[in-house]
Amino acid sequence: MIPVTHLSLLSSALFCLGVYGILTRRNAIAILLSIELILNAAALNFVAFGRAFGHAQAQAFALFIIALAACEAAVGLAIVIGLYRTARTVWADQVNLLKG
Amino acid sequence: MPSSLLIQTGLWALTLLVLVSAGFVVALRNLFRAALSLGLVLVGVAGLFVLLEAEFLAFVQILIYVGAILTLVVFAIMLTARVSNPRLPPRPPSGSGRQRMAAALVSAALFILLASVTRALAAAGLQPGQAVSLSQVGQELITTLVLPFELISLVFVSAMVGAIAVAASRSPR
Repeated sequence: MIPVTHLSLLSSALFCLGVYGILTRRNAIAILLSIELILNAAALNFVAFGRAFGHAQAQAFALFIIALAACEAAVGLAIVIGLYRTARTVWADQVNLLKG
Repeated sequence: MPSSLLIQTGLWALTLLVLVSAGFVVALRNLFRAALSLGLVLVGVAGLFVLLEAEFLAFVQILIYVGAILTLVVFAIMLTARVSNPRLPPRPPSGSGRQRMAAALVSAALFILLASVTRALAAAGLQPGQAVSLSQVGQELITTLVLPFELISLVFVSAMVGAIAVAASRSPR
């Protein structure tokens, strides 16, 4: 039997690693990778608790998370590529295009 | 019981795989290697889905995440990082060590908070023989969750159109 405490702790750890990545990374693509980690932690938590309590909707929400992650990756990487084309940089703290 | 032992071994192996490669994702300086580590994380999470008897979700995870998103990320890295590296300063130096320490503190505090909050709920444990079947999930998707399902299609279409509009190269004038 898989203890749900184990998976809950694992997904918390994954989430916090993603937060750490977002806080420390400078490259915009690396920040997107950290966001993927966070989304995966959420999906894992959904599936683990859905299995623990026998809910069918949990897997449906995990599917939604995966679909939203695909949207986020497509739009985010498009923005990064457009940014690189415009500002010649992918470092998040060098981007000041909207600064007045 | 041998099958229980197998499940426990797989669980610990996958946990180790996910945690170590997630550490690589946030720590590796080389962005390409970080993306490949993300692939390992995604495969590990798919394995955990199999252990949780959500096989369809594991397939979807591997197909969409490893097959599509990771390919997209690798393409974006090759389009930006490699070309930009010689021209850009290697790393903007702005208190990197202190920032790293503060971020680690924040993440550790968040982890302790999350662990203590979910502890009571998670202690309920798994009941055997309650695996959710795929047909149940499908029925939920077209009855109770039909509105979010349609909404996600709309979001998907608009995101794809938006991504193409943002990333499309300007026509040479």
